[in-house]
Amino acid sequence: MWQFFHKLGSPKWFYSISGKVLPYLAFVTITLLVVGAIWGLAFAPMDYKQGNSFRIIYIHVPTAFVALAGYYLMATAGAISLIWRMKMAGIMLKVTAPIGAAMTFLALFTGAVWGKPTWGTYWVWDARITSMLILLFLYLGIYALMQAFTREDLAEKSAAILALVGTVNIPIIYKSVDWWYTLHQPATLKLTEKPSMHPDMLWPLLIMIAGVYAFFALAIILHARVEILRREKKTGWVQSLLKS
Amino acid sequence: MHPVRKKRLIWVLSFLVVVSVSTGLLFYALKDNLNLFYTPTQILNKEAPANKKIRAGGMVVEGSFKRLDDGLTATFDVTDYEATISVSYKGILPNLFAEKEGVVMSGELNSEGHFVAHEVLAKHDENYMPPELKDTLKTPDAPPTYYKN
Repeated sequence: MWQFFHKLGSPKWFYSISGKVLPYLAFVTITLLVVGAIWGLAFAPMDYKQGNSFRIIYIHVPTAFVALAGYYLMATAGAISLIWRMKMAGIMLKVTAPIGAAMTFLALFTGAVWGKPTWGTYWVWDARITSMLILLFLYLGIYALMQAFTREDLAEKSAAILALVGTVNIPIIYKSVDWWYTLHQPATLKLTEKPSMHPDMLWPLLIMIAGVYAFFALAIILHARVEILRREKKTGWVQSLLKS
Repeated sequence: MHPVRKKRLIWVLSFLVVVSVSTGLLFYALKDNLNLFYTPTQILNKEAPANKKIRAGGMVVEGSFKRLDDGLTATFDVTDYEATISVSYKGILPNLFAEKEGVVMSGELNSEGHFVAHEVLAKHDENYMPPELKDTLKTPDAPPTYYKN
C-alpha cells in the first residue's frame, strides 16, 4: 500500500497511467452527462409545485456536490504536500483550485437562476448561500495565493495552509440549512434517510451527479498533465517524450 | 514514519483541531444572528426588534388569504404551528406563494403587532414529485422538517 502511495507521488508514473485511463474516463463522462441531461431535461416528469423550473436541479445539485467534495480533495492534497512533500500532491492542490472555483460558481449561478422563478429573488444572504459564496472566495484565494509566489514550494505551503483553514467551512455549508432558519430548502438527498424525491426524477439526478464527478476527475487529470509537463520539462523523460 | 514527517502530521492535525474549535466557538457566539428570519413565536415573545426592518418566516395559514378591495393589498396569517402573526403586503407575490406553503418576508412590525411586509419570498420544501402523484400526498398535519428546532 505504501508503495502505491509513493508511486502515486511520482509525476512520471501519474502521467503514464493517466494517459491510459483518459479515453475510458472521457467516454464514461460523456455517456453519463448526455444520458443524464436528456433524461432529466426531457423525460423526467415535471414537479407538482415548481413545474419545469425544478429541472435546474440536474445541474445545481451535481455541481454543488462536486464543489464540496473537490474542496476535501484539494485540502487533503494540501495536507499531504505539507507533511510528505510529495510532488503530485502539490500539483493536485494547484490544479483543483480553479476547477473547484468553476464548480462553485456554477452552483451559485444555477441557484440564482432557480431562485428567481421559485422564491421570487435571485439572491438572499441566508446561511447556505453566504457560506457557499465563502467557498468560492476560498477557492479563488487559494488560486491567487498560488500565483502570488515565484517560488513554487512557498506557494504550495501557503496555499496548503489556507486550504486547511477552509475545511471548516464544508460541514458548515452542508449543515447550514439544518442549523439555522434559511430560505434554501433542506437537503433532498440524505446520507441516512430515503431521498425525498420521486424515483422517476431521482435516477437522472444520480446519473448527472456521477457524470459531473467524472467530468471533475477528467478536468483535473487533463490540467494536472499539463502542469506535470511544465514542471518536469527539464527531465529526461519529458525530453524523450517531446522527441518521439 | 519518518520522525520529521510525523512531527508535521501532528502539526497539521493540531492546526485543524484549533481552527475547528475556534470556528465552533465563533458560531456558538453568533448562533441566533445567523438566522435569516424570525419565527412568529420569536416575534410575539418580543425577541425581534419593533419598528425596525426585520425578516419573518413561517407557513401561510389555510383559509387566511384575502385580497383587499384595492386589488393590490393581500392579507394573510403566518404561523410556525405555535404562534401566528397577521401580515399585509402590497405588491406582486411570487409564483410559489400559496396557503400551507412557506414564506420569508421582510418588513416591519407595527405597534398593533401586525406585520407590514415590503417583500415576500416563497420558501419551498425539499420534496419533488410528479403532478399525478400530488393527490396521493397526505396533507401533512406535522410541521415541515425545518421547524423541528
